[in-house]
Amino acid sequence: MFDVHAGYIILISGAITVGLRFLPFIAFGHKTPKFILYLGRVLPYAVMTMLAVYCLREVSFFKGSHGIPEAAACIVVVILHVWRRNTILSIISGTLLYMFLVQAVFY
Amino acid sequence: MRRAFKDTIPVMTGYIVLGIGYGILMSAKGYSALWALAAGIIIYSGTMQFVAIDLFSGAPLGTVALTSLMVSARHLFYGVSMVERYKKIRGLKKLYMIYALTDETYSLVCESDDEDYCFWVSLLDHLYWIIGGVLGGLLGQIIPFDSRGIDFALTALFVTICVEQWLNTENHTPALIGICSSVLCLLVFGANNFLIPSMILITVFLFILRKKMEQNYNV
Repeated sequence: MFDVHAGYIILISGAITVGLRFLPFIAFGHKTPKFILYLGRVLPYAVMTMLAVYCLREVSFFKGSHGIPEAAACIVVVILHVWRRNTILSIISGTLLYMFLVQAVFY
Repeated sequence: MRRAFKDTIPVMTGYIVLGIGYGILMSAKGYSALWALAAGIIIYSGTMQFVAIDLFSGAPLGTVALTSLMVSARHLFYGVSMVERYKKIRGLKKLYMIYALTDETYSLVCESDDEDYCFWVSLLDHLYWIIGGVLGGLLGQIIPFDSRGIDFALTALFVTICVEQWLNTENHTPALIGICSSVLCLLVFGANNFLIPSMILITVFLFILRKKMEQNYNV
């Protein structure tokens, strides 16, 4: 049986998500205000740190593994990246370490 | 295109794995690979799609709309950052690139002014996501290996980009504003509600410090 309610949910959440992506282009596309131009230059830096925090939002220092796997893997990624500046190396090493920690040490 | 492929490899890992997870979860709830495919095309936002699964069990459509607004509001920031950079692109290509502006795609295209590169990153990321979702839907419960923790690839991608940006610029104020505002809001509002307050706080700080940054760093 076709689940109409689930269909509506996909359509509505899709329309809103995609609408939010389009909104700034519709609002500022023709004549971009100076403040928006300024935001376009500084936001990428602020947004990337916000996204990193967003990815780690579920980490709790008081429960489970106390955030040790996340902290260890992030530190390795930062140190490796400052040292070698090789994106793929940093990501693979951090992820493998994290997988090892959550699967074999803190399970 | 080759550079786009190389740069999207981390996204590929994360998206295919997350996509498979999504497909498996959908099939466990009784929605086939076709549903995963439709959601991947229509919504195309990992977070939103996972949240939508929770809403399937009879949430009122008003709640659905409000939740979508809260979860996806961060996309406003991506649009604001890319308005000027995507200005020269025309037609369907531009519409597609705006539609496909996810967290991970944004993280790569916000570093580049090259139209073709941005287009290929958008398209490749989208394909990975859809392939992952359909694979997961078809696989059902059979997982070939213990993949717990592999979703850290996306966290590692964002952390790497933060480091790269930090090393490439003299002006660390925006990055510090981003991390301080979001950590503060996370502590105050909790994991499910901190994104919108963070965005407001970031905008307020950037507004207050605008003169100073424009003088000191010529941003």
